[in-house]
Amino acid sequence: MLGARNDLPLEKDASVRFLPWLVAFMVYLAALSATAALAMNKVVVRWDQGLAGQLTVQIPPPSPDETQADQDKKVSRAIELLSSTQGVRDVELLTDDDISGLLEPWLGETVLQQNLPLPVLLSVTLDGDGAPTPENLALRLSAAVPDIVVDDHQRWLSDLFDLARTVETIASLVVVAVGLTAVVTVVFVTRTGLSIHRRVIDLLHLIGAQDTYIARQFEAHALRLGLMGGLLGVFLAIVTVALIGHLLTRSESGLLPDLSLAPAEWMLLLLLPVGTSLIAMVTARLTVLLSLARMG
Amino acid sequence: MVRFEEIGLRYAVGPEILREVNFNLEPGSFHFVVGPSGAGKSSLLRLIYLAQKPTEGRISLFGRDVSGLTRRENALLRRRIGVVFQDFRLLDHLSALENVALPLRVAGQPEDKVVSHVSELLSWVGLADHLNALPPTLSGGQQQRVAIARAVIARPSLLVADEPTGNVDDRIAVRLLYLFEELNRLGTTVVIATHNEALVSRFTHPILKLKDGDVETLPAHSMPFEQASEGSAA
Repeated sequence: MLGARNDLPLEKDASVRFLPWLVAFMVYLAALSATAALAMNKVVVRWDQGLAGQLTVQIPPPSPDETQADQDKKVSRAIELLSSTQGVRDVELLTDDDISGLLEPWLGETVLQQNLPLPVLLSVTLDGDGAPTPENLALRLSAAVPDIVVDDHQRWLSDLFDLARTVETIASLVVVAVGLTAVVTVVFVTRTGLSIHRRVIDLLHLIGAQDTYIARQFEAHALRLGLMGGLLGVFLAIVTVALIGHLLTRSESGLLPDLSLAPAEWMLLLLLPVGTSLIAMVTARLTVLLSLARMG
Repeated sequence: MVRFEEIGLRYAVGPEILREVNFNLEPGSFHFVVGPSGAGKSSLLRLIYLAQKPTEGRISLFGRDVSGLTRRENALLRRRIGVVFQDFRLLDHLSALENVALPLRVAGQPEDKVVSHVSELLSWVGLADHLNALPPTLSGGQQQRVAIARAVIARPSLLVADEPTGNVDDRIAVRLLYLFEELNRLGTTVVIATHNEALVSRFTHPILKLKDGDVETLPAHSMPFEQASEGSAA
């Protein structure tokens, strides 16, 4: 198909110059969108798995009329209560350094050095079976330690899921838009080709060529140009992703998504040029067959 | 083989080119189509090789009414017709060999046979040294031979030629007509349009004479050489 001999001088058309670049640009956008969606999805999965069976219990900083001893009592009571609760496997008191480390990406080192009142955080690990619900645990704890907060991270995770879904939807829309743009462009290019080469097509018809014979030449041409552009686009996208991935790795920030792709994900990206060129091929074929049938 | 019944033809709202034309060409026959310039010779031929539909009447080719043919049937029927166009209609971006090979490739012949048959035929018409030449680099006569080779390569049942001797001198014109006669002897029905009535008179084939939209069928030897020469000169 790709090396097919062509009776029509399609290689001299202007489409040869601009179509591959257009396809390259579209595939580039689609590849970046798909990578963003994959990266976002990985972030969500990572957080979701990391936080499964985990709760954070937060004891607010002491009020002005409370002493540090009162605060320590509250903490001891909470740890004691948690440790004695069925279904709680482990309770870990986070040190001030741990908490500062968690807050530093948001607040910065300078702000943290100003003796901000920090809450006490307890990281609670639950057993899979028989673990108390966060609501029950909160009820039990707040009876003993007022103002205590039990956070199962679901609200935060829910926001993250929403964000991931939005990114995925946008990425899907971009891929669909790329597909539609490819279809419209190929229809336009093919119709122009039919018009430019009308004389040759008439001759081929007069010597007995069927519409499918002519369509084959256009579809091979579209497949070739689509594949050229698609491969270029995906190559540029891979370079871009690698570059961004390198910069993210260098930043060593746990908050930013990981852009490294698994082999299956690379395959998915490589399917983009194949898919785009197949769309171009089928579109060219249908355009030729419909146009020739209309010409009568 | 070719039957015209009450055929009329006009382009858009222009004058009638052909009016109530009736004739029947038997399989294996050889006919000249003559008439002055603008008499409708090319239009008549276009109707025969299915490039044009008549405004009125019925055309039958190979025993089939062509008015109800599907696009596929139309294409298959056209493969049985070889056409030499007045302006050759060679594809400038293809070599002589590729131009001549078109009817075979369109018909799906195996590539090895295509190349050997085409090379053989082009050698036979004296173009062995020009197989890979592009048409613009060939002389008018050479282009004409390529066009004729393309028309006959698939051994058509019907050969239609529109002024095939228009660009060559009389000596070569006669040789080309001998080639068409040779094909005719092998069973191909031949229809040749020409305004060169002097040339026609050298052969003994029946004539379709076009004048004012009508077609008159003249038997063989109906156009004496001298009279024809005068008519041609006029």
